[in-house]
Order: sequence, then structure tokens, then C-alpha cells
Amino acid sequence: MILADILSATILFAIPLLLVALGGMFSERSGIINIALEGIMIIGALCGCLYLRYTDDAGFGANAPQLYMLIAIVLAALAGMAFSMLLAFASIRLKADQTIGGTALNMLAPALAVVVTWGAQGQAQTTILIPNWIRISQESLGLGTGTDFLSRMVFKSLYLTTPIAFLLLIVATVFLYKTKTGLRLRACGEHPQAADSVGINVYRMRYLGVGISGFLSGIGGFAFTVAAGSGFQSTVAGYGFLALAVMIFGNWKPLNILGASLFFALFKIIGSYAGSLPFLPQFNGIKSSEYIYLMLPYIVTMIVLILTSKKSRAPKSEGIPYDKSGR
Amino acid sequence: MKKNRGNRSTQGLISISASLLSIAIGLLVGLALLFILNPDHALDGFRKILVTGVLTTEKLAKVLYQAAPLMLCGLSVAFAFKTGLFNIGATGQYTIGAFGALTAGIALQLPWYVALLFAIVCGAVLGAIPGICKALFNVNEVITSIMFNWITMYAVNLAINNMPIMLSNFWAKSTIKDRTASLSVANPSAVLPKANLDVLMNSNYINIGIFIAIGVAIIMWVILQKTVFGYELKACGYNRHASQYAGINAKRNIVLSMGISGALAGLGGGVYYLSGTGQYTLLKALLGMGFNGIPVALLASSNPMGVIFSALFISYIMVGGDALQPHFIKENIDIIISAIIYLSAFALLMKGWISKIFLRNSVDNANAEIAFESEPVDKPAQPGGVGEGILPAADVKKEEEV
Repeated sequence: MILADILSATILFAIPLLLVALGGMFSERSGIINIALEGIMIIGALCGCLYLRYTDDAGFGANAPQLYMLIAIVLAALAGMAFSMLLAFASIRLKADQTIGGTALNMLAPALAVVVTWGAQGQAQTTILIPNWIRISQESLGLGTGTDFLSRMVFKSLYLTTPIAFLLLIVATVFLYKTKTGLRLRACGEHPQAADSVGINVYRMRYLGVGISGFLSGIGGFAFTVAAGSGFQSTVAGYGFLALAVMIFGNWKPLNILGASLFFALFKIIGSYAGSLPFLPQFNGIKSSEYIYLMLPYIVTMIVLILTSKKSRAPKSEGIPYDKSGR
Repeated sequence: MKKNRGNRSTQGLISISASLLSIAIGLLVGLALLFILNPDHALDGFRKILVTGVLTTEKLAKVLYQAAPLMLCGLSVAFAFKTGLFNIGATGQYTIGAFGALTAGIALQLPWYVALLFAIVCGAVLGAIPGICKALFNVNEVITSIMFNWITMYAVNLAINNMPIMLSNFWAKSTIKDRTASLSVANPSAVLPKANLDVLMNSNYINIGIFIAIGVAIIMWVILQKTVFGYELKACGYNRHASQYAGINAKRNIVLSMGISGALAGLGGGVYYLSGTGQYTLLKALLGMGFNGIPVALLASSNPMGVIFSALFISYIMVGGDALQPHFIKENIDIIISAIIYLSAFALLMKGWISKIFLRNSVDNANAEIAFESEPVDKPAQPGGVGEGILPAADVKKEEEV
């Protein structure tokens, strides 16, 4: 049974990593380093949670929960996209340093979120609580209450964000590899001059890449807040940066990113379940040994990165502003 | 050559005015924000942001106290930037520096200068790890730094929990278990000297930390601008392959510059926690000070001398921001700072604008001079340092004339 819980929690926490890392991938594949993922997540989560809060206060949210959840997801995505345009404008149109622009957005987002939260909820209200009707339960699907392994794994903590994330993963993979636009986008990250010479609008492709990354990261931020369960507190706990690591770990490829995010989430969850897993060493001689397990996912990721670094291949032209007059 | 140097100082002037322009626009954004949030108190709040830091010596002491670690973290990030690396791990290095200093001060009962040395060494070792990973395994230093920020935080918490002598309940009868002992109780000799400034400024916060930070900034500037070592580090930053071709050991330099960068952030942690006013609290989130080093470095366009001023400025408006309450929340200051940083990301663009205004006159002058002196063919423009991003405009003009 505990295994089912662990798997359920793993999927729940892998979803935001997956979405945001996919977002980062689109941006970097088009040639823009998007270090602002963290900030975009916060803005997406802010808008999604605020909307849920308002529907709940107005009292009509619980009638058709999944419909309102879907609207919240769309709002989160659009908010993320709008916010990412600040990065796109600075780094594409004004050819600014992409790292600096991203860092500024990462600073801006949490501050803005705190100010908006205060503005919306009154002084000293730093948390936006999420209503509890958003969970998809077995009853709501008319399946009856099963307690077997599978239903516990799937329904322990199922939100609309999970199926949508898997859907988006498929769409993203097909888009990147099977469509003309996807091919063009990849070309702009590898050799923008060559792409330009055959008539591809590099600027437009890069705006598209950053826009998609904002769209996905916005949903990712919302999914994280939903998964964390304690409401929105103007932070996503460094998940945007972890997603960057997952993206590199996944070698800028959608399916590898799925694997990487599941892997990372599994170690993260093992860390928090460490006390109740009999087969793990317990370190009885050491005080507060839970920290050892909390370190685990980061150390494992580091080791994997070092071992796989030979195969790691970043898009060639990422981070370099495209200048039409350059060669 | 003389003319070239003149141009370089114009370049510096342009950089500075670009930063000042960013600050001015950023502050206006802040003013607009205050008007949106609470129009009744907007002007008063804005006045508080601008003047609180100098109203009393006590507030000024707070500005200086806060600026010292900020400056060192800014230097850490700036130094790495100058050598082509992005040290986002200043937070982790700051944390381990604090841990090193407190271990030396509390557990080993050593005086403050030895404790600072501990902080430097701890920071340098942690900083060198991303450098080694990059040099040997080609793992991006940003990712390594992020991973090690978290690893460090958990490791420090684990270590402090297992060293009962470090905790405050070992030294005083209290039930508070989540923070380190107060230095003034555990080991007064580890507290940074105050050099009578506390009496002078009527504040408990002030100590010699700010002078240490300014001194280090000057040393870093000398290393980067005036030594072969610094030149090699910068060369690796601009073009790793070219510098390797020129016989510079790029791998060694990456490790060294990350190590130095880490040492600076570590020293920052030491300076802050040896002030005797702060106790390290076992947290579950990364410390913000290391991250605040990034805007400090960016605002100074990574110039160590500029970092002195940008750290003072950011500390100044942060103190002003604290005075905004209760009509506004202090996060408004973060919005202003991020607006300034966002604007300074367009530094290149702004420099373009400003230099157009600036150089229009000096170009005319230069042309007139050339015509007057009717110099023979001048040597082509010597790139002064590796770093002159924009070609000195007057030199370009000269070549055209030739």
C-alpha cells in the first residue's frame, strides 16, 4: 500500500517538473536560455489560484469543479505566456543578456505575487488557499470506492493537471519532431543564420519558443501549487531551477525529460517517506537524519549528470542573441 | 594611445549613466506602483524609500551593516561573470561560509579573524566544486551550483544538529533549538570588532565588516585589471578556446575563478554571522542574501568598484523599503529592484543611446583634432582591454578618414 502512495506522490510531483522542463526545452531549442522558469511558474500559479479562490468565494465552483479547474489551468497558462513575453521582448527584440533578463523576472515574480496576494486578500494574508473540490475522486467519476492497489495509486491525489500534462507531453513531442514549425524552431536554436537564409523568421520562431515555455511553465507552476497542497505562498520552492536541471538531465528531448522528471520526483518522494520505509537504512546514531534523505535527489542528479555529461548536447546557438547582420 | 585612454573613461561614464538611467526609471516604476496600491500614502512612501537611509545615524548603520555581506556576494557573482561563469551558487557558499565561521567561533573558540579565514576556505572549496565539474566533466556550472545550494543547506542543518555545542540551548537556558548560539555569549572574541563606531553611530549593528568588504572589492579590482592572472581569467571568460590556443590553462582557470568566487561569498557569510547580531537559524529554504548578490553584480556591470556603490544603493533602498510598512509591504522594494535589473539588461541598448548623445560631440572634436594635426596614418585602433564591447567610436571614424 505504501508503494502505491509513493508512486502516486511521485507522479504528482513529477508533473510540474515535466511541464516546466518541457517549457524550458522549447525555449532553449529555439535559442533562448530561459532561466526565468521559476518566476513564470509563480505567476502562473498566482493567476490559477486567485481564479479558483474567486470561484469558490462566489460559491459556484463546486458545481462543476473540473470545468472551473480547466479554466484555471488555461488562465495559468496564459498568464505564464504573458509574463514570458517580458523575457522574449528583452532578449529577442532588444538583444539583452538572457541570463540577466531571466534573473530580473525571477526577482520580480515573487515580489509581484506577494503584492497582488495582499491586494486581493487584504493585509497580512500571504496564502491563497485552494478549495478542496478540485481533486478528482472516484465518486465524482462514478466508479465507486475501490481500495485496490491501482485505484489507490491513481486516485490518491489525482488532479486535472495530471492528464493534461500527459496530453501536453504527447502534443509537444509531435509538435517538435513531426511538424514543419517544430523543425524550424529547432533549426533556430542550432544555426539561426542558416535558418534565416532559407526564409525562416528567426525572431518569430524564438518568440514562439519562449511563448510555449511560458504556457507550459505557467501550468507547471499551478500544478506544483496544487500538488504541494498548502495553498499558494508566492513561491514554488526552487522547482523552476530543478526543472532546468531536469531539462539538461533529459538532454533537451521530451521523452528523456519525462524519464528524468519521474526519476527526480521518485528520489524526492523517497526522501520524504524515508521514515516509514523499512528497507532503507535509518541512521539511528545521527540526529535529524531526515536531512540525509532530503539531500539524496540532488546528489543523485549530480552523479547522473557527471556520468552522462559526455552525451549531453545543448542547442548550439542558445544564449546568443540573433543579429541579422551577423554571420 | 592617449586618446584611446580618454575613450575608455568615456566608456566608463556611459556605463555609469546607463546604470543611473536604469535606477531612475526603476524608481519611477516604483512610484507608479505605490500610486496604484495606495494613492493616499504614495508620495510619503516614496519619500521614505529615498531618505530613510540617511535620516538617522542608526539607519545609516543598518545600511552599512547590510551592505557588507551584500557587497561580498555581489563581488562573488561579479567575479564569476567577469570570467565568463554564472555563479548562482553564492547562496550555498554564503551558507557554508557562515557555518565555517560559526564553527570556528563557537565550537573551536577561535578569534574573529581566524573564523573569517574558515569562512573563506569553506566557501572556496564549495565554489571550486562546480568549477571542477565544468572543467573535467563539462557539466554546466549553473546546474551544479543549484544542486549544491540545496545539498549545502541540508548538510549544514544536519551538521549543526549533530554538534550540540553550536546550538543556543547549550549556552543559555532556553528551549530554542533551531538556531546557533549567540556569539556574545559563546565567544565574545569571535564578534567582529566595532571600532567604537557603535557609540559614534548609536547602533548595535555597525562593525568593521563594511571596511573588509570595500577592501576586498579594491583587491578584486586590482587583480582583474592590473595582474596577468586577472587578464588570463578574463581571457578565458571571453573566449575559452582562443585563450587555450594562446597557452592559457583554461581548465585550471575555471576552477580557480569559481574557487575565488566561492571564497568571496563565504566571506560574506562569515561577516554577516560574526556581527554578533544574527544567529544562524535552521531553515528549510535557501538564504536570500546570496541571490541578492546577483542584482548587485548586474547593476555594477560586474565591475568590482561598481559593486561597492551598487551594494550600498541596494542596501539603502532596502532599509527605505522596511520603513514603508504598514501602508505598503516591503516586497514593493523587490519589485523596484527587479525593474532596475530588467532595465539594466538592456544595458547595451541604453549604452548605444547614451553614447550617441555623448559621443556626437567628442567625435566632432576628434575629427577636428585630426584635421588640425594632419597626423600621418595612425595605427589601427588598439583594443584596450579584451573587454571593450563597443569599439571606441572616434577610432572608427579615424579609420574611415584614413
